[in-house]
Amino acid sequence: MSDEIFLKLEGIRKSFGGVHALQGVDLEIRKGEVHCLAGENGCGKSTLIKAISGVHEPDEGKIWIDGEEVKNMKPMDAINRGIQVIYQDFAVFPNLSVAENIALNGELKSKAKFVNWKSVRKIALEAMDQIGANIDPDIKLERLSVANKQMVAICRAIINDAKLLILDEPTTALTAREVEKLWDIIRSLKAKGIAIMIVNHKLDEIYQIADRLTILRNGKYISSGDIHAYDQVRFTQDMTGHDVVETKYSPAQSNEEVLRVENLGRKGAFSGVSFTLNKGDVLGITGLLGSGRGEIGEALFGLAPADEGEIYLNGKKIEIGSVNDAMKNEIGYVPEDRLTQGLFMERSILDNTIAASIKKYMKRGKLDGAGMEGDTERWVKEIGIKTPSIKPPVRTLSGGNAQKVVIAKWLNTHPKLFILDGPTVGVDVGAKSEIHAILHDLANKGIGIIIISDDLVELVKNCNKIVIMKDGKCSGIIDNSIDEVSLGKLLIGAGGEANE
Amino acid sequence: MNKKNGNLKLALTGTHMILIYVMVIFCVVAAIRQPAFLSPATIINLSRAAIFTMCFAICEMVVIISGGIDVSFPAVGCVAMYVPLWLYNHDMGVDSVYFFFGVAILVGIVFGILNGILVSIMKLPPLIATLATSSVAAGGLIMILGTREYTTLPDSLEALYEINLLTYVDPTTGFSYPLTILVLVPIILCIVVALVMRYTMLGRGIYAIGGDKNAARIAGFNVRKLQFVAYIFCAVMASATAMIYVTLMHSSTTTALMGEEMIIIAACVVGGCRLTGGHGGVGGTILGVVLITLVQNNLNMLGVPTCWQTFAVGLVLLLGAVLSSVQAKRISDMGKV
Repeated sequence: MSDEIFLKLEGIRKSFGGVHALQGVDLEIRKGEVHCLAGENGCGKSTLIKAISGVHEPDEGKIWIDGEEVKNMKPMDAINRGIQVIYQDFAVFPNLSVAENIALNGELKSKAKFVNWKSVRKIALEAMDQIGANIDPDIKLERLSVANKQMVAICRAIINDAKLLILDEPTTALTAREVEKLWDIIRSLKAKGIAIMIVNHKLDEIYQIADRLTILRNGKYISSGDIHAYDQVRFTQDMTGHDVVETKYSPAQSNEEVLRVENLGRKGAFSGVSFTLNKGDVLGITGLLGSGRGEIGEALFGLAPADEGEIYLNGKKIEIGSVNDAMKNEIGYVPEDRLTQGLFMERSILDNTIAASIKKYMKRGKLDGAGMEGDTERWVKEIGIKTPSIKPPVRTLSGGNAQKVVIAKWLNTHPKLFILDGPTVGVDVGAKSEIHAILHDLANKGIGIIIISDDLVELVKNCNKIVIMKDGKCSGIIDNSIDEVSLGKLLIGAGGEANE
Repeated sequence: MNKKNGNLKLALTGTHMILIYVMVIFCVVAAIRQPAFLSPATIINLSRAAIFTMCFAICEMVVIISGGIDVSFPAVGCVAMYVPLWLYNHDMGVDSVYFFFGVAILVGIVFGILNGILVSIMKLPPLIATLATSSVAAGGLIMILGTREYTTLPDSLEALYEINLLTYVDPTTGFSYPLTILVLVPIILCIVVALVMRYTMLGRGIYAIGGDKNAARIAGFNVRKLQFVAYIFCAVMASATAMIYVTLMHSSTTTALMGEEMIIIAACVVGGCRLTGGHGGVGGTILGVVLITLVQNNLNMLGVPTCWQTFAVGLVLLLGAVLSSVQAKRISDMGKV
């Protein structure tokens, strides 16, 4: 890393209508450094990226690239100056081959009219060689895993002499091992002198890779500096503007049983899982991808019913053969992928909130509009969904607020058992702790809460019992006297036996 | 090695190969029941029958690959075949092949631009947009120009009709089977479209916008222009094809082609186009068209009564739909690499 500055922004302002998305942002990116841009959802990160890549022209402020001030930058200018953005959805073509995906942009840029398939292949193989990727160039992109699609996107970005590579939340959909591989690639690009800017708000990940860090909040520049100048407290404080102190959750001891599962199993997924959940407990279920952690939730909610074992809810034996059974037994479930499975993105907050409980508003063949509005407004207030009214579509909400709507939907059914798979994926620090507080509150009221997650910090801080799954079997149940590092070791089986 | 085997297995059991197996089985059974099936006359008859279907299917294929759909081409084709003859019969035209095809193509351009505006600028769903174009074209034609049927060809078209590539005379029956020169149109069209789709940025752009419009925009493709190209190409070629129809069928009416759209779209899908866009190609579409034409025209050879024809074509479509969905599921189940 040199101290030479590649990109410098000063006092960038941008408004859309009356909304001030950026209110004076400074940013400095040095050649060959890994720079992390952090901030909560809606802090202006994406607007800033779009300003750097020439998609939005700032209302005010100056941009220097390579020491030269650039005005009226268009997307093509940014690309020509070596700025490449890899968006969260990668903007790749599922129907084209890997090779074509990598080479297409370059061909387009050269204004060629014809396609030379030999050179397409050659460009692709060279690019993959550079970052050590080994993907069959001839298969269609739709057959690739998320991690490999990301690699294709990176290959495509670097073929045009990239000098700054911007990755928008690159780790969201990756497993721990894939994240490691991504860091290796980023280190190798860095060694070639390419500057990297990563948008990320997971501090543990940032520590592994970033040299420097810039934090934004509400469209404003907050702080910037060497990564080692930040610890968890300062990081959270700068991100949220207030201290977020998350202590470990420890409920009052109770012997009142809410849920008991005995020898639960489904062929090919998991087997022999037993645990008890008492009043006040928040139970965590974790494990590596494919360990069966998610499948337990699906079995309890009847999405993929168990074929052996017994489930007791509040002391009563229940059979769950379908989602309908689960709902009859007052079980709520927040799926991992809330965008496609948990929410109607185009519908209003109201419609989403009452979606699972619409039957109770049916009065003499008519829907009780006032009742629905009243309940929705109550939930919005109670769990703190930030919105001007209950009318806007859920699509317009940030990740944290959208997740709160899913939670409101199930709370409105007054569940006895509430299962959440990855409750805070894509949710920023502030909203995360709010969601956790809601869950603790519910647990204390006697609702059984199960959190399925691979976010070890989240589990250790919020669950007082953690079920560890390995290869479809329960490899131990621990309490939260453990830290995330030792929990991580337990997951991969390197840390000895779990203390029962 | 394992991967190679997987790909080979995929190739041998792919949609295209299964279509070929079905066709071969059909032909073998037909040949056993009716040795006359193997005569060159069959090929000539089939080629003639496939001319329109083939041309229309290629037009539709381009639009489907771009992520759209065009159900207006039969109506546009009707306008394109009727207007030139109406002008001619009202002493407003000249008796020249160039005039007839020129006017037809002009009609195509107008409706192609209309579809382009509706879909790419006004962002209407393509099905609704082209359905509207279809009604406007078909309804407007009847409203303005009436519903006559022209059954006598102008001399220039008659002359075109008389040009044959070759004529096969059956040695036993003495019947002669002429093969019109117009059969070259779909052949050339297939070759040109295949090359354009594979080797030019225009073709790749059409695949790209069919795969992911947003990604195409970010990559720097002119999405709007590409959509225009697809719809104009479709309408223009459909109009020219309609003129070929007039020449070969000696008939120009306001409704001759109506109802063709579904069987054409079906032929594309059977041949591997996905209605979601981005997938498909000339090779597959040819197989789809040939299979459907084969079944439509030669069921009697198998000893199946002609009244079963619609049912049999339905079965073929079902086969195609099942095939492509099974194939898509297989690819998604194959595990990610």
